[in-house]
Amino acid sequence: MTGWLQPHRVVMMALALVLVLWSALSLRWDWLPQYAPLLVEGLWNTVWILVVTSVLGMVLAIPLGLAQAAGPWYLAAPARAFCTVIRGTPLLLQLWLLYYGLGSLFPQFPWIRQSDLWPILRQAWPYAVLALTLSFAGYEGEVMRGAFKGVPRGQLEAAKAMGMPRLTILRRIWLPQAVQRALPTLGGETVLQLKATPLVATITVMDIYAVSSRVRQDTFIVYEPLLLLALVYMCITGLIVLGFRWLERRVPQRIA
Amino acid sequence: MEGLITASGLGPALDLLALSPPGWGGNLLRGLVNSMQIALGAFGLGLLIGLLGAYGKLYGGPVIRDLLAVYTTIVRAVPELILILILYFAVTDALNQFLVAQGYGRIQISGVVAGIAVLGVVQGAYATEVLRGAILAVPAGQIEAARAFGMPPLMLARRITLPAMLAFALPGLANLWLIATKDTALLAVVGFGELTLETRQAAGSTKAYFTFFVAAGLLYLLISLISGRVFGWLERRARRGEPGAGGGGR
Repeated sequence: MTGWLQPHRVVMMALALVLVLWSALSLRWDWLPQYAPLLVEGLWNTVWILVVTSVLGMVLAIPLGLAQAAGPWYLAAPARAFCTVIRGTPLLLQLWLLYYGLGSLFPQFPWIRQSDLWPILRQAWPYAVLALTLSFAGYEGEVMRGAFKGVPRGQLEAAKAMGMPRLTILRRIWLPQAVQRALPTLGGETVLQLKATPLVATITVMDIYAVSSRVRQDTFIVYEPLLLLALVYMCITGLIVLGFRWLERRVPQRIA
Repeated sequence: MEGLITASGLGPALDLLALSPPGWGGNLLRGLVNSMQIALGAFGLGLLIGLLGAYGKLYGGPVIRDLLAVYTTIVRAVPELILILILYFAVTDALNQFLVAQGYGRIQISGVVAGIAVLGVVQGAYATEVLRGAILAVPAGQIEAARAFGMPPLMLARRITLPAMLAFALPGLANLWLIATKDTALLAVVGFGELTLETRQAAGSTKAYFTFFVAAGLLYLLISLISGRVFGWLERRARRGEPGAGGGGR
């Protein structure tokens, strides 16, 4: 502890504390109680979009990575093309393409408008979830490709020699070791995914960023909502980093 | 050829993408030029900040190191969109207050300058980490040997550290450059006329959403594919003379 608590750090922390106190006392926070329910709802939207798209994206990324690492060419080529296109274009463009493009295409078909899905397809969040999921899958497909390739051949050959069926090899040997290798990268990618979520506000999904924009438009208070927003995102980032550190520690590691 | 285009149903789409005014191709290309300007400027500024930051983190005093740690942590934890808004409002506001206090009139910061400054600060945080890692990968013996010869620090950086670290830094820098080109799209949200915003305007006025968004996507894809080639070539050049892996210089 003594190595960490050096004199200059004490001074810096005092300065930070003064800054926090100053912003708490002299900036305007009187809008907070009025918008608190909305802020909680926005926070909830941000969190579930992050969790759902990360999980679905990961589910898509495993076959994408597997196809590129070990698949025949007719599976590897489309997977590589998908990852290249997703990684080569801005997420905002993909989001707008899906929302405005599909959103203007669907109403032209009467059978879509009459189907039970229409009340859902008319809203914005399915497009947000779809775009963020595809984006996460594209980036993670590339990560998983490297991770699948990084598993030592001997492990797979030993499993084959034991007479394991191919699906069992994937489930018991290949996938766990690949995920273990990819975990540090996946933590960073999840933070990047969190940082991508405010883009859904541009297609009218009410996440926490959209709520703060609304506060700005309603009250003409510029900095305070943005500062609060930065604080919220830093807290979520901290939680993600801690969560992945915990996960990494749970995986037993032999250090040679 | 004409018949083929008409038969495939691409005719109307190509008319929309024509370069002269009834078509919107010119607007898209203008947006692309704006995007590239900002990406280049931000990448350059980011490299400069990153270089200073990396040296500060490695050789600076304890205060500088901690301040840089705060900078890289905050910038990498907060979404770019929010940093753009904060910096855009705050920098414009602070500059205007300063100018008014000095007795000058208010100015309006141009979108290009603001975009470069904001994305440059964001890129700088990532570049600091990339370059720090690359400098650490340079064998310590080479730097010590240069010191033993009595090389002044700047010459050491120019002749030994920077060339030797380039091969290690290039993959990370290539990634950063791609992030820079894609992050320019975020400036559409603050209303700057780069490629994505021009595309949305074109798509909104013609209702041909798919045509324009796919066209813009192809432009972005083209940029990233060309950049991949260029950085691959640069890395092969930087690695020439290295034994074994590296792929080039044989």
